[in-house]
Amino acid sequence: MLEIRNLHVAIEDGTKKILNGLNLTIRDGEVAAIMGPNGSGKSTLSYVIAGKDDYEVLDGEILLDGENLLEMEPDARAAAGVFLAFQYPLEIPGVATMTFLKAALNAQRKGRGENELTTPDFMKRVKVGAEKLGIPQDMLKRGLNVGFSGGEKKRMEILQMALLEPSIGILDETDSGLDIDALKIVSEGVNALRSAKRSFLVITHYQRLLNYIVPDTVHVMSKGQIVRTGGKELAFELEANGYADYVTNAAA
Amino acid sequence: MSNIAPLKTEAEQALIAQGSGIAPDRKAAFERFLESGLPHRRVEAYHYTDLRALLKNAPPPAKAGGKVSVTSPLADIDADIITIVDGHYEASLSSTPPKGVTVKMVTTLADDGSAQKSVLSSDPVIALNAAFSDSALDIAIDAKTELVKPLIIRLVTTAAHASYPRVRITVGDHAKAFIVESHEGGVAGSLIDSVLEVRMGDHVVFDHLRLNVVDHAATVLTSFGGAMGKESLCRSHNFIVGGALSRHQIFFRFEGEQSKAEISSASLLNKKQHADSTLVVDHAVPECQSREFFAHVLDDESTGVFQGKIIVRPGAQQTDGKMMSRAIVLEDGATMNNKPELEIFADDVACGHGATVGALDEDLLFYLRARGLPKTEAEALMLQAFVGEALESIEHDGIRDVLEALAEQWLKARSA
Ligand SMILES: Nc1ncnc2c1ncn2[C@@H]1O[C@H](COP(=O)(O)OP(=O)(O)O)[C@@H](O)[C@H]1O
Ligand SMILES: [Mg+2]
Repeated sequence: MLEIRNLHVAIEDGTKKILNGLNLTIRDGEVAAIMGPNGSGKSTLSYVIAGKDDYEVLDGEILLDGENLLEMEPDARAAAGVFLAFQYPLEIPGVATMTFLKAALNAQRKGRGENELTTPDFMKRVKVGAEKLGIPQDMLKRGLNVGFSGGEKKRMEILQMALLEPSIGILDETDSGLDIDALKIVSEGVNALRSAKRSFLVITHYQRLLNYIVPDTVHVMSKGQIVRTGGKELAFELEANGYADYVTNAAA
Repeated sequence: MSNIAPLKTEAEQALIAQGSGIAPDRKAAFERFLESGLPHRRVEAYHYTDLRALLKNAPPPAKAGGKVSVTSPLADIDADIITIVDGHYEASLSSTPPKGVTVKMVTTLADDGSAQKSVLSSDPVIALNAAFSDSALDIAIDAKTELVKPLIIRLVTTAAHASYPRVRITVGDHAKAFIVESHEGGVAGSLIDSVLEVRMGDHVVFDHLRLNVVDHAATVLTSFGGAMGKESLCRSHNFIVGGALSRHQIFFRFEGEQSKAEISSASLLNKKQHADSTLVVDHAVPECQSREFFAHVLDDESTGVFQGKIIVRPGAQQTDGKMMSRAIVLEDGATMNNKPELEIFADDVACGHGATVGALDEDLLFYLRARGLPKTEAEALMLQAFVGEALESIEHDGIRDVLEALAEQWLKARSA
């Protein structure tokens, strides 16, 4: 279970507040969606959960299964089960995707007190995962994300999530830049990972993604707060009416 | 001897004393050294590597080679070997030269001023080598000879004395060779000042690797001079992890048209190491291409120096020269000095240079850490990739693997 209580966050120099007392609880197995206008703080929330240190947490707490994430380094959070699929996955020239996947998987297993995978076992997992997501083998030999299209990068994020088996997967605008076929593949990849123990936080600007990854709850974010919570039908309402109401009224 | 500048430092005094008994044929070189003394910060080429201040003393030259106890990192490579111990050729540790290669010790080394005349500049470190090296190893690679194995010249230092090895290589037309100079051993107070001079004919493919894995307390001064004929290719790789104080010079000159040189270097420095890479690429003729890539990783309180100069002589039209220096500074105490220069005297050329100095990219580090990699491991992965760029043009898989493993070892030691 992920519990976020009264989270206040500013950017590092403390002058600009981005999250203003945000509250959110995601139960085990729940798929929660956050929707909101651009600039409302969605990516910031995902980064703060994952532990990026550009942000200053002024108040509040984030607990994963009762553990205080805010006191942990990003890698310890990953080992504890946090996975963030980035809105803009980074390119790392010179680091072969395969090398990176192996390093990540083994580091995380080590962090969890598990043994390293044998090479054949690792290769098999990657092969199976990559096939499901339509990732060709030769892409795995190239530098991580280097020269990948937007859709390929997003698929690579989902492959990493599948391999790392998090307890909470955060998807930040995973649908952006995807055509309908890629959207289906990625959504199937996510749906295959749904389980009673694993929860998801799906961040999106558009309702479209939620046709494929059907959420249990939908939260509307505006100006750094959750301003409304409902079921999946809330997404349709937002799609029909737009965010205009939330952009203007949120401060009230 | 009237215009000699006052020489004061302990190292300079020691060198003067050592030079008093110098053979008559070396005298001119020694006097050239005396005139200037050790180069210091007001000498432009030594501004960032002030030898007068940094060189604490000059041990006497070794009379004979000592016992070699270090194992070369390249020991498992299938190669022909020439071993020079403390400046002295060691036949028992050298293999028979392959077909088409003649190796000869020249002990009566007339000072014909070749160091100044041909491929090498009038550099004080080279002048010092010319003064004190009482022999040279001449290696002749016959025309059309294609060496299948690399020829590794091990330069091993065993004790706290000085050595001034000089190796002269001629590469005949249409020949192909890979020569490695591997600087190994070394102790606190040891000094090596080596010169490798290579004259390449036409249609040559010549690979060069300079490896410095010398002890962290030793001084290493090394110069590589290359002159190349037409339609040839020279690749020079440099991998530097050793030495308390080191300077790695490259003087390269195109003497024939339509040739190409690729010079790359990776230096991994820590503690208080000071390492200098100084490069002069001289486009004396038209239509040649040069690519220079220098990478530095600087930890702790280390200092890196890159000085690179591309000269395009009058008439050397259609010269294409690109020089890049990148440095990653891991700690605030570390320093990188970059001095890239272009001296262009022709109008139809494409030349450029760039230099970057910075920390590891924070966003990339976060991405890796968010995938579970602890900080030092994430840094190691990025640094490995960074260094890899300087090594990727090494065609010999075995040797490239050895260098990558050395880099990995360096990075592991850092996180330990
Ligand atoms: N590192 C940062 N430095 C400065 N401003 C930031 C930073 N991260 C986010 N912001 C600002 O915070 C606000 C929220 O951004 P973000 O979290 O990216 O919103 P969303 O993902 O909902 O579009 C925006 O105004 C953005 O410009
Ligand atoms: Mg965003």
